[in-house]
Amino acid sequence: MDTQIDKLLSNGPKVVNIGLHSFFEAAKAQGIPTVHIKWEPPAQGNQELLHLLNELL
Amino acid sequence: MTIKNMIEKANKKALQRMADVQPILVDIDLAINVVPGMEKRTIFHAGPPIEWERMSGPTKGAIAGILVYEGLANTIEEGYTLAASGEINFDSNHDHDTVGPMTGITAPHQPVFILEDPKTKSNAYCTLNEGRGKVLRFGGWSDDVLARLNWMRDTLAPTLRKAIIHSKGINVKAIISESLHQGDEAHNRNRSGTYLFLGEITPHLLDTADSSQVKEVFQFIKENADIFNLNLSMPHSKLIADAARDIDYCPLMVAMARNGTDIGIQVSGLGRKWFTSPATMVEGLYFPGYTADDACPDLGDSTISEVIGIGGFAMAASPAIVSFVGGAASEAVSRTERMYEITEGKNKSFTIPILDFKGTPTGVDIRRVVELNETPLINTGIAHKEAGIGQIGAGLTAAPIEMFNDALRAFGVKYLK
Repeated sequence: MDTQIDKLLSNGPKVVNIGLHSFFEAAKAQGIPTVHIKWEPPAQGNQELLHLLNELL
Repeated sequence: MTIKNMIEKANKKALQRMADVQPILVDIDLAINVVPGMEKRTIFHAGPPIEWERMSGPTKGAIAGILVYEGLANTIEEGYTLAASGEINFDSNHDHDTVGPMTGITAPHQPVFILEDPKTKSNAYCTLNEGRGKVLRFGGWSDDVLARLNWMRDTLAPTLRKAIIHSKGINVKAIISESLHQGDEAHNRNRSGTYLFLGEITPHLLDTADSSQVKEVFQFIKENADIFNLNLSMPHSKLIADAARDIDYCPLMVAMARNGTDIGIQVSGLGRKWFTSPATMVEGLYFPGYTADDACPDLGDSTISEVIGIGGFAMAASPAIVSFVGGAASEAVSRTERMYEITEGKNKSFTIPILDFKGTPTGVDIRRVVELNETPLINTGIAHKEAGIGQIGAGLTAAPIEMFNDALRAFGVKYLK
């Protein structure tokens, strides 16, 4: 019986890319079925703004 | 009550006030007679306040030109000299209940549309649209530009004025609402709105003007159908946005405007203070012979449209707009959908057929903008960076994040005790 890894190796991956858009572009350029989800750290990771958002949102 | 509850309550109050406004076109008059703070040597402009030295090329050109129109200078060169002399007072349209597209120049003897909310008696003002091509609002100047401005003051405005007064008021919100169901987004595509306006005004034109005047006015509006209604849509949006001003604890954006050098926002709970960033460049489609190297940074008060949930926020209603500003029709839908992430609610007055009549995303919350680093999307015209040339294209841009970060910091200072 084929394991998950056997299936991956024989059928190729399907990618859900989260975050870096360049990874999405690279996978797409190789013909890999890929969807992209836009994500980045809240407030671009700025600690001062994150503190404000914790109080206000 | 926690601060988060107070913000939630403030946001609901702001949206309700915006929903309650009914902008009615009630009159046309010269700016000096009606616009607060307008005096003989005063010129208002688009965007946040800016001094002469830092103004963009098209803004300087439009000011020099309008000083000739006003009779304060004999030539465009004299206009530049007078504008730089310190004898002319400049200020932001927005801080005088006024808006204007592109350079947004509003001068004492230009006629302005007067919109009024019957319940609050609040007003908003905007000049009449000159149409496309070489026009003052893009910094264009020539004898033809001056002749058109004179005709608008002497023929178009008085003729329309009589018809508007005879109509006892035209509900602009009803026109914009319907135009979104006919393919407009009411910022860069206004064709349906213009024809809806013509439908409203024509019986009154026929009752109040002779046939040659009616023909002349009708012809001008028809020739400029894709843009004429913008100068009604904008003060309509200004009146709605201003209703949400000055609500304590409210982090919703109530103004967003550009002067070709800076872009600025104002926030309901933070009074009249402008938070600014350098204006962005617009990515778009250029007219033959022009490229991005020729472009002036983002310009105009027309982003008051996005503040109340139309324009770039209602692109899903206007797939045809992409032929003008670039992109694919599917992107028009996804752009609208992205804006729900940063807005407080859905606008009951403006609905989108293709999204099952969902209300447009309305009420940009600076907290969500900062959290998601997702800023308001803008679709807009592009002016040449040098004075005298005019419009060279149209396209898309997004507001820069920095001014939202600054506004959030100020909000924290004011409300976090």
